[in-house]
Amino acid sequence: MASQPVPDLSPQVSDEVRKTTCYMCACRCGINVHMKAGKVAYIEGNRDHPVNKGVLCAKGSAGIMQHLSPARLRAPLKRVGPRGSGQFEEISWEEALQTATEWLAPLRATAPEKLAFFTGRDQSQSFTGWWAQAFGTPNWAAHGGFCSVNMAAAGIYTMRGAFWEFGQPDWDRTKLFLLFGVAEDHDSNPIKMGLGKLKARGARVIGVNPIRSGYNAIADDWVGITPGTDGLFILSLAHELLRAGKIDLGYLIRYTNAPYLVNAQEGPEKGLFLRGEDGKPLVRDRRTGQAVAWDSPDIAPDLANGVEIGGVTHLPVFRHLADRYLAPEYAPDAVAARCGIPAARIRAIAAEIARVAFEEEITINQPWTDFRGQKHDSMIGRPVAMHAMRGVSAHSNGFQTARALHMLQILIGSVETPGGFRFKPPYPKPPEAHPRPHAGHKPGQPLDGPHLGYPLGPEHLLIQNDNTPKRIDKAFSWEAPLSAHGLMHMVISNAHAGDPYPVDTLFLYMANMAWNSSMNTSAVMEMLTDQNPDGSYKIPRIIYSDAYSSEMVAFADLILPDTTYLERHDCISLLDRPICEAEALADSIRWPVVAPDRDGRPFQTVLLDLGARLGLPGMVREDGSAKFKDYADYITNHERRPGVGPLAGFRGEDGTGKGRGAPNPGQIEAYIQNGGFWLDHIPQEAQFFKPWNAAYQDWAVARGLYDSPQPYVFNLYGEPLRKFQLAAEGHGHRQPPDHLRERLIQTMNPLPIWYPTFTDAETDTAEYPLHALTQRPMAHYHSWGSQNAWLRQLHGHTPLYVSGEIWAQHGFSEGDWATLTSPHGQITLPVVRMDALNPHTVWTWNAIAKRRGAWALGEEAPEATRSSLLNHLIHELLPPKGDGLRWANSDPITGQAAWYDLRVQIEKAPAGQSVSYPAHPAQASPLPKAPRDLAHQVKG
Amino acid sequence: MTSLPPPSARKLGLVIDLDTCVGCHACVISCKGWNTENYGAPLSDMDAYGASPEGTFLNRVHTFEVARDTAPPMVVHFPKSCLHCDNAPCVTVCPTGASYKRAEDGIVLVNESACIGCGLCAWACPYGAREMDSAAKVMKKCTLCVDRIYNDNLPEEDRTPACVRTCPAGARHFGDLGDPDSDVSQLVAARGGFDLMPEQGTAPVNKYLPPRGRDTLEIPDLASLCAPAPQAAAPSAQPTGLLGWLDRALERL
Amino acid sequence: MHPAPSLILFTVLSGLGFGLLVWLGFGLRAPTGLGAIILFGLGYGLAGAGLIAAAFHLGHPERALLAFTQWRSSWLSREAVLALAALAMMAPHAASSAFWATPLPVFGWLGAVLALATILATAMIYAQIRAVPRWHHWSTLPVFLLAALAGGAALAAQTTLALWLMAALAVAMVVHWVAGDRQFAAAGSTAGTATGLGGLGRVRLLEPPHSGRNYLLREMVHEVGRKHAQKLRLIALGAGAALPALVLALSGGYLAVARALLAHLGGMLAQRWLFFAEAEHVVGLYYGKR
Repeated sequence: MASQPVPDLSPQVSDEVRKTTCYMCACRCGINVHMKAGKVAYIEGNRDHPVNKGVLCAKGSAGIMQHLSPARLRAPLKRVGPRGSGQFEEISWEEALQTATEWLAPLRATAPEKLAFFTGRDQSQSFTGWWAQAFGTPNWAAHGGFCSVNMAAAGIYTMRGAFWEFGQPDWDRTKLFLLFGVAEDHDSNPIKMGLGKLKARGARVIGVNPIRSGYNAIADDWVGITPGTDGLFILSLAHELLRAGKIDLGYLIRYTNAPYLVNAQEGPEKGLFLRGEDGKPLVRDRRTGQAVAWDSPDIAPDLANGVEIGGVTHLPVFRHLADRYLAPEYAPDAVAARCGIPAARIRAIAAEIARVAFEEEITINQPWTDFRGQKHDSMIGRPVAMHAMRGVSAHSNGFQTARALHMLQILIGSVETPGGFRFKPPYPKPPEAHPRPHAGHKPGQPLDGPHLGYPLGPEHLLIQNDNTPKRIDKAFSWEAPLSAHGLMHMVISNAHAGDPYPVDTLFLYMANMAWNSSMNTSAVMEMLTDQNPDGSYKIPRIIYSDAYSSEMVAFADLILPDTTYLERHDCISLLDRPICEAEALADSIRWPVVAPDRDGRPFQTVLLDLGARLGLPGMVREDGSAKFKDYADYITNHERRPGVGPLAGFRGEDGTGKGRGAPNPGQIEAYIQNGGFWLDHIPQEAQFFKPWNAAYQDWAVARGLYDSPQPYVFNLYGEPLRKFQLAAEGHGHRQPPDHLRERLIQTMNPLPIWYPTFTDAETDTAEYPLHALTQRPMAHYHSWGSQNAWLRQLHGHTPLYVSGEIWAQHGFSEGDWATLTSPHGQITLPVVRMDALNPHTVWTWNAIAKRRGAWALGEEAPEATRSSLLNHLIHELLPPKGDGLRWANSDPITGQAAWYDLRVQIEKAPAGQSVSYPAHPAQASPLPKAPRDLAHQVKG
Repeated sequence: MTSLPPPSARKLGLVIDLDTCVGCHACVISCKGWNTENYGAPLSDMDAYGASPEGTFLNRVHTFEVARDTAPPMVVHFPKSCLHCDNAPCVTVCPTGASYKRAEDGIVLVNESACIGCGLCAWACPYGAREMDSAAKVMKKCTLCVDRIYNDNLPEEDRTPACVRTCPAGARHFGDLGDPDSDVSQLVAARGGFDLMPEQGTAPVNKYLPPRGRDTLEIPDLASLCAPAPQAAAPSAQPTGLLGWLDRALERL
Repeated sequence: MHPAPSLILFTVLSGLGFGLLVWLGFGLRAPTGLGAIILFGLGYGLAGAGLIAAAFHLGHPERALLAFTQWRSSWLSREAVLALAALAMMAPHAASSAFWATPLPVFGWLGAVLALATILATAMIYAQIRAVPRWHHWSTLPVFLLAALAGGAALAAQTTLALWLMAALAVAMVVHWVAGDRQFAAAGSTAGTATGLGGLGRVRLLEPPHSGRNYLLREMVHEVGRKHAQKLRLIALGAGAALPALVLALSGGYLAVARALLAHLGGMLAQRWLFFAEAEHVVGLYYGKR
């Protein structure tokens, strides 16, 4: 017998490892980029990194294929054919920047609001917002309004922080985890790692989702809820917990506004808190029966009884709450049919929450002191954690549903306690500590303040005296008062309609608005190409920056090619959407691990160049020369407040400053040496109860998160919401238009409510009996995955998944296609049977479908021929009501796009169907043809 | 050479936890990345950007649905790669000796320089663990990252297969299944780990852990969890209901 | 399994060639001179053509010599070794018959035994594969053996022998189909055993691992319509065995032999196509193809 071959068991893995931050999705994991002969050879997770601790998802490992994608734009482009055709010529950067300057300078000098600057999955929002503010346009936002603003805003207004980057379950201690809706798309690796920890301990996971895929597949218990009814289900759980008295009264008294007395006197103050002369909300002291300031020492706040003043009884928040949710309309039997969940199952879940919260209480022997100065010997936790994202958020009742979910967490005392939900610094941060939105613009001047923020009442709306919105997206108007992230999805539609006013230049970054980042995609493409009678475009100029040849490219007049994430500087900043953990403050950088091999430039550097050419304040020196050489220079030297800049680590001249300190010229190098990130642990005594924990508050001030301690109580009752209701009831100076009064009164309820989604309420459900949902596969991030040779093999088309019931009813068999029709449009897709599905729901993958010619794919790619977007079925407006008004298909409070509200009917496509519908004609590609075969190996 | 060696005491392999796998494909792509850059020919992709992309992958994740009579259907994500069988049929069929099972640790490998690309080993494998690379025309398969697990150029903690290192949910475990005291063997014993297609007689080394019971939440009486029961379903105007309970509860605080 | 033309041609042609060599070796027909050149040439030619066709199936034919090394364990290697040994062993007999009109029976007999063994080794390449239950059955061997011997006998114009072998081949084919149709179930592999989830309920593929195709699907999952298969079985049975038997029974002479052979060859191509196309690999269970 011959001897066994001896393979090389210790090959040299690489010449060098460069540690930077992934950008294959918004998760921002640390990566080790292995270099061979100066080229990227292999990417793995960074074990030291706080976000991913060494693991990496499919997208992250496939980064090398994104970096080498044939869809990378190669040079600035000037449109030479008609808009949408994709005909361009390559131009120099000088010409490109000169053109942009010539377009933008006159706008700034005369009417800065005529620039609408919107960014998509931008991770430099604090920078792009700063630029837009300096330019002076009120029309800037990122993609949050299209994404998950309901979740973010409901969290901030209720408990001062939300899910995702604002907080996380206490994965190491939770014993019961409830996951609501589609969540696979965000915080991808931390949630998977967390689920893994729960599974290793055998903790119970309950998944509430119409579709049992992804995380719900490993849920111990699956609740196949009917879309849009999560809020009702949650309130029914609250009903059960209240009925059984399984709520944490001590927590409610100490840490929430449950004892606050609500003014019952008819008039302009009704429903606001009863306040003392010093403006402090009052509570009833059980010992004296008197109304006293909420933070008076040595009182026993009452939750049950009110105080009578002048013949009117003012009851505490908790009484209002209990009265509302104990009503029979929230009983499990009353909601079961609507939610598609048997009443017994609702009761069982409520009982399990109660059992784990109160019988499996956790105690950590860690003394701490609260903001009232009271010392506690230990930290007591209720080990029930919850998480939600898109699924709950993207409905027209999403804001109140997210509020209901937070209320449920608070009722059992599980927020910021061991085993429950924990904030990640710089959260918790109350709305009062956030800015108000600004839209004050003047020719040649910067904006009067930051664009986005958290209104506390109608006085903070961005409207003219006649209620005309000041922003092109109508954010912070009566139509969407708390639209904290703006309404990117309305920009093109409004700009095209000239409603509330026309714009001149649409400037987009990393936002595929002509395809998967818009509702009503086909119509949006028409709006972008629509012309006036004189042949000019309705939207006169469009500038677009992207690293890749996305569908949007063809619709721009000027293309500024960005670099890939391995070729650029970036900062994952505390001023933006940071990467902190519940235990630690953290931020990170990207740095060019390789130089671009084509004529692309990092967008942020280009923006600084453009800013300097336009003479924008903060971007030029007194002599008019550029203040920052490039984005790295800005990251190092820009200060938002004295001593506080984009990066919190290694500040000060000696590089030891944490959070605060003078700019350090060696800061980026220090980050690189440290593995691309900076981490600062929260002291042990400050780890939990952060909103009320004196040690945490002091630490946060020291780190520059706030300038003074900001303790606060949770808002079970949302007073700002009530202020909008009061306005709608006729009180106050600012009055909503009459057609919105009823809706404002109905939806802006200060206590969480549930109402049917607008689509459900207004659609003939007999004609459109089904709900249609999309979700992103875990291995794809929006449209980016399809240009990736490895990832597109995993999910290259978008079948329509239908339940066995629908399958049988329509006589489907393998290989059949189905046509899905909504009141607005039609798509045709191959069908696949899936039984683990809410019987009234069909779904498909999101953002895999591509337009022919885009992304350097072959024109017969399955992404174009066997795929479609549900976006074609969803209008950005609700169907006309005959009142001549344009009613947005959005949450009425935040303006969040309600793309999970969709209702459809299904029918079998005629035999012989072999191509998906709609099939838009091919765009010309500005790029050379992609290589056919790949066998990529970097030789060392 | 293609005769199987006597069973080794050391049996390196994977344990895959079907209770935990979320089906994210991280292991698939991490494997693709490592093995494109290491061990033998790169894993190629034909028609990479065209109508029928088809690449070589050593690890793939399937998804199955399990219909049950009295409970909702389950969905199970199912990663599959070479199981490094003790009785590996792919090895003995190889006419050239390219396919072999290592005597010291049981890893099944292909010596690519001796592979004639006849494909018979792939036929012999019941699990679909081998794929012929269309560019290199040699048989590719999971090497259990033999060039990682013994690699002196990697830090000790990284000497584990790429798929295991990267798995975000921790659903993949690597170790010596020949040692009954190893962590992986203990896990298999504790969780009832099983073989795939035992009837094929391949004696796989890799084991799978079954999904735990699903949808088992019992339906307890909520009131029984609560003493004293507030019985507060009636509006709070009645002091015996919620108010009474609240009064008593607040007194105790 | 994918019915690769190279493999269909290889098995049919080399079978025929070695079948003919068996009869020439055993001396059932002992041609000399030109007759020997033609007949041995045919035998060597067909066997060689089959081997060349097989080489087209290889990714690296330049390394084919390595295939002679693993005869201890591998049926494919054994087949290569046996084929070469048979051809080598038969060579003195063939040459001597052709050029010196002197058959060398010892070499002939030994060569014939080796040729028989080669045919059996070819059959064993398939029959050994447990993962393809239809093949993994004793009835695979008689089909290969009788097809080679019947075709070889016809080529050698041994009409009576060919007639009986054709009849036997017909029986072997039917037995192989009837048994084969039950083999998958008998093997006991199901989606339940493939995933180990069978105890939990009825297992069904929801999503394949990749949305596109892959080597495994191309190579090992071939779906053939039931009606189509029935038709081909009739053609295989009729043209491959029954018709040649009938022709040989009713008439004699080279024309009849040629007609019988032509029908046989066509029928055997159909049979061999079905042999692959109908064979389901258990890996199909992981792809919902079963």
